[in-house]
Amino acid sequence: MSDVPKIELRNVCKAFGKKVILDNLNLSIMAGESLVVIGGSGTGKSVMLKCILGLLKPESGQILIDGEDITNANTHKREQILRKTGMLFQYAALFDSLTVWENVAFGLIQAHGMNRKDAKDIAIQKLALVGLGPDLAEKHSAELSIGMQKRVGLARAIAADPEIIFFDEPTTGLDPIMGDVIDNLIRDCTQDLGATTLTISHDMESAQKIADRIALLYKGSVVWAGLASEIHTCGDPYVEQFVHGDVDGPIKLDILKP
Amino acid sequence: MEHNFLATIGRVFLSFMAAVGRIAIFTAHSLRHCIVPPYYLRLLGKQMMDIGYYSLPVVGMTALFTGMVLALQIYVGSSRFNAESAVATIVVIGLTRELAPVLSGLMIAGRVGAAIAAEIGTMRVTEQIDALVTLSTNPFKYLVAPRLIAGLVTLPFLVLVGDIIGVSGGFLVATEKLGFNASNYLNNTFEFLEIRDVVSGLIKASVFGFIVTLMGCYHGFNSTGGAQGVGKATTNAVVSSFVMILISDYFLTVLLID
Repeated sequence: MSDVPKIELRNVCKAFGKKVILDNLNLSIMAGESLVVIGGSGTGKSVMLKCILGLLKPESGQILIDGEDITNANTHKREQILRKTGMLFQYAALFDSLTVWENVAFGLIQAHGMNRKDAKDIAIQKLALVGLGPDLAEKHSAELSIGMQKRVGLARAIAADPEIIFFDEPTTGLDPIMGDVIDNLIRDCTQDLGATTLTISHDMESAQKIADRIALLYKGSVVWAGLASEIHTCGDPYVEQFVHGDVDGPIKLDILKP
Repeated sequence: MEHNFLATIGRVFLSFMAAVGRIAIFTAHSLRHCIVPPYYLRLLGKQMMDIGYYSLPVVGMTALFTGMVLALQIYVGSSRFNAESAVATIVVIGLTRELAPVLSGLMIAGRVGAAIAAEIGTMRVTEQIDALVTLSTNPFKYLVAPRLIAGLVTLPFLVLVGDIIGVSGGFLVATEKLGFNASNYLNNTFEFLEIRDVVSGLIKASVFGFIVTLMGCYHGFNSTGGAQGVGKATTNAVVSSFVMILISDYFLTVLLID
């Protein structure tokens, strides 16, 4: 296996006005690894993901995919890189003007130039992988429950057999059973593909289920990173506080006391 | 006091110029993506149907009643100095050069501009535009270019249909209500009508179609927040389209008269 990380962030900084969101963030994920980044709301998890995807541009630092610096990649280069990635959004972000199968097949048709018939066949196969029947293929996303939408989103993320998959809060808004279904699907689908995954979450149960490694983000930088199995025994005060949900500890919330 | 007043004027001027700059960059970016392949012909066809075909009833009704009212009002005015024979000529020139393109532009701004801003705005706030990017699809090419081209191309056709319906409305009122001889009225309609009268109206229509779709796309693309942000984007799209149509109408008229 190559020593070059699949995804690497080097001293990445991002601020909105005076508010610093990412503060010299360093992170690396090896090929085939599943890393879950945990952290409270507003710690910069989503911003980190958007910087990697090129939706936001960091002020400084480097973002590397397969050892290649993509921080300032042009649109064409970025589109090439994104062809080997998949992304499941927090609320699925399905295109409501398209049917379920068109959503799943979107990347195959638009980015990979596949014809609609073949793309539809693959879309139906991918829908089956996430436990959805072909009868749903012609429906629109508005007709689906949020759990189903997430599964369609997952099918879309894995449709082109990507090398890297990003998950943004995959279990948010789901009941515990559906959350578990999604976690199992993520684990199974990514293991089958051998994909490298980066998940952001604040759901500890979900994180432990799908992660090889976990990193805790606080105030825009990683304060702890280690194996998922070590999270309860590492003794790190930040991790202890976050895992147990304590108000007191090194993690300070920006809330005014009454 | 005077200092504060000047500072306020300065701030307003700067923010206005910043908005003009943002729109100019958005326009340049959009135009580039209209020209450079790939082209989404299926989407272009859909937009041409939405903007053109489905707007026919609105434009037709507007043109019909404008033509009818115009015939009545001009008759009232011209009969004061025994120039009733000018009614047909003024109706046709007024409609083709000015009223059909401007009123159609305003109606399309209300119907299409608002819909574009709402649709793209909703896509923005529900991360569907981000999803497009992650699926290696350029949102300017996929969302903006088909709408701009459709607006540019279909509005002249709509206005041409509006011209015919409007003149027919004037003819109906003139012959059925005001007692004009049908054959004389038609003769007067076409005797002084020149090709450039019609063409100048169609050129205006094309520019107005571009303005309406551009403003819809721009405000939708830059909408922030949730439902309120989308509502604001929709209002801004319609208001800015109205203002820009009326301002550009004057300059186009000056240009086309010469």
